[in-house]
Amino acid sequence: MKKFLSFMLALCLVVSLAACGSTSSSTPAADNAPADGAAGPAATGTVIRIGGIGPVTGSAAEYGLAVRGGAEIAVAELNARGGQQYELKFEDDEHDPEKAVNAYNSLKDWGMQVLMGTVTSAPSIAVEAETAADNMFQLTPSGSAEDCIKEPNAFRMCFSDPEQGALSADYIAEKGLATKVAVIYDSSDSYSSGIHDAFIAEAKVKGLEVVADEAFTADSNKDFNVQLGKAKSAGAELLFMPFYYSEAALVLQQANAMDYAPVFFGCDGMDGLLAVENFDASLAEGLMLMTPFTAAATDEMTVSFVTKYKEAYGQEPNQFAADAYDCIYAIDAAIQKAGVTGDMDASAICDALKGAFTEIELDGLTGKGITWDVSGAPTKSPLVFVIENGAYEAA
Amino acid sequence: MKIKSLNPNFRRSLVTYGIVAAAFIFIQILSGAGLLTSSLSGQLVPICAYVIMAISLNLTVGILGELSLGHAGFMSVGAFMGAFVSVCIKDALPGWLTLALALLAGTAAAAVVGVLIGIPVLRLQGDYLAIVTLAFGEIIKNLLNSFYIGRDAAGFHISFQDAPSLNLDETGEIIINGAQGITGMPRSASFTLGVVLILITLFVVQNLVDSRTGRAVMSIRDNRIAAESVGINITKYKMIAFTVSAALAGLAGSMYAHNFSTLVARKFDYNTSILVLVFIVVGGLGNIRGSVIAAAALTVLPELLRGFSDYRMLVYAVVLIVMMLFNQSPQIAAWRRKWAAKLKSRKPDGKKPDGKEA
Repeated sequence: MKKFLSFMLALCLVVSLAACGSTSSSTPAADNAPADGAAGPAATGTVIRIGGIGPVTGSAAEYGLAVRGGAEIAVAELNARGGQQYELKFEDDEHDPEKAVNAYNSLKDWGMQVLMGTVTSAPSIAVEAETAADNMFQLTPSGSAEDCIKEPNAFRMCFSDPEQGALSADYIAEKGLATKVAVIYDSSDSYSSGIHDAFIAEAKVKGLEVVADEAFTADSNKDFNVQLGKAKSAGAELLFMPFYYSEAALVLQQANAMDYAPVFFGCDGMDGLLAVENFDASLAEGLMLMTPFTAAATDEMTVSFVTKYKEAYGQEPNQFAADAYDCIYAIDAAIQKAGVTGDMDASAICDALKGAFTEIELDGLTGKGITWDVSGAPTKSPLVFVIENGAYEAA
Repeated sequence: MKIKSLNPNFRRSLVTYGIVAAAFIFIQILSGAGLLTSSLSGQLVPICAYVIMAISLNLTVGILGELSLGHAGFMSVGAFMGAFVSVCIKDALPGWLTLALALLAGTAAAAVVGVLIGIPVLRLQGDYLAIVTLAFGEIIKNLLNSFYIGRDAAGFHISFQDAPSLNLDETGEIIINGAQGITGMPRSASFTLGVVLILITLFVVQNLVDSRTGRAVMSIRDNRIAAESVGINITKYKMIAFTVSAALAGLAGSMYAHNFSTLVARKFDYNTSILVLVFIVVGGLGNIRGSVIAAAALTVLPELLRGFSDYRMLVYAVVLIVMMLFNQSPQIAAWRRKWAAKLKSRKPDGKKPDGKEA
């Protein structure tokens, strides 16, 4: 009995801690979206409820948290502006298609009218089948697999993986950066393997010689000496690295240790490399990356966004946050264009937005003059940066 | 025939069937009255899949007494096989036939893999066996992660390298695309189908347990040496239980695959195996009814806890600990019995208290 009592006491403690924790953690969100409460009297019926889905726990939490942060900032700005008010609710999917569908259904119960999500590809494809059946408008900030926008109600903000691979190969060939190219990629990750497959195909067309094509998996992403050794002995002048910056930091360190210094070339997942803890940024000198967004840009919009993001979340925003920020503004632009109001149901909004999205033009963080076609893919130009003196320079 | 005069094993089975049927009717009534939230209705098929998983794993862990940490591997084999068959034949055959063939194919594929893995694994015991099943689960996941298969005019192409090396012609389509998984399954699984499959699973497992084979399997669990000394073929009976368990996991996987439009191997990792193991430990090892209830409750629970936002999984873990203590701790069991006895004495006509439920 004593044990039981002590256990119950411990339990009370844990629960109260959890309760405190959750209130304090939700404060920044509340600060960012003060209009939430103000516009809360949905008596006017004009608030539009935007649902967000992404991984905020688990291995891919970094991306989901960034998207949530970017979207919260955009919603707070739009609500402060006056006019159409928005309410954002973000649900966790743990980077799992099953949980993503659960999150979608629970957002539907909440009364979601537009979906901004999901963050990662496989869950996005699973949710897309649901939104297509319900005729719910879906705009994914970063679901980059081709199938993510298969349905007419689904649009995307980022480049697709094959586009990035092909654009990278084009760029390398056009600028004459190298003729012998090595590729290291994460074969267990759909983002990485999607870019890789298109890159290899396009490289063949453009006459680039792929001398080493090496894979790693999520279970073996710490030691790259074997892959780097093969690239080095094959005499590759350029190393294409279509994966995320956390692994890229290790690759650069290990390449440096074996005195291998080709041109390093990455995609948008590479953004964030300079902020990796304990990473010697001098190793990244000369690294090129193709990304639509960088927090180092100096235009007024980016600076304002980066400042706000740092203030609220204490770190630099990455491209996921920027994509999400643009998503909310794109949804707002389309809503204005189509004259959508908060009292319309999700299906009517979807029909209106599907048309309006092909007519709007967005000047966002991830590109100027972004437009969409009926397929749901955005048209924007990729930017290539090179790291010089620890900062991004346009290449 | 009076229900009391039935064989007690059979009576216990009937109660379990009854619980499943009652849950089905209850959900149907809710659904008919429009009271079912989208959140719950979206989870019905996964719940059914996890219930089947729990029953099938209970056969290995609870009845056979061997700890298996790779059960999600069999689920993924069934899921991928079922999805693959479905995608290949969905244009040529009517929907119900596609689904039936996919379920059969998934079950059969998992059974074959179960036999193949069982041959080396079942020669081991205890911890060794557990570790080896864990390894096999990971091997299956990694193989599927790098498995590419496509179809064109010339037939099927298979590669373990990458999609371009399939060398498909221009009419070709990639069916299983490595880490990107498989997409485009018809979403034909329904709650009714799930309940029917649960009942079939229950029927198979409970009859197996109550049969001569089942008694042989349990005798291996209780005392291997004694079982061997009375002439029971240990390897054979272990194999039977293990294969049936794998096949049913394949069935669950195949149904699971037909509820989503995409399937990736990453889903069926170590965590999923442990999740199913948690279901049966909470429900009680060897207790089929308990694992059915625990699987359903623990699948719904994380969704009910969405209100806790970031602390959801922490609360889930705490609830899990509480449930485990409530079921298994000797002090609490004694305390529970005391209360049950009190309630019983107050209501002399009352039913037999059943505190075992999670």
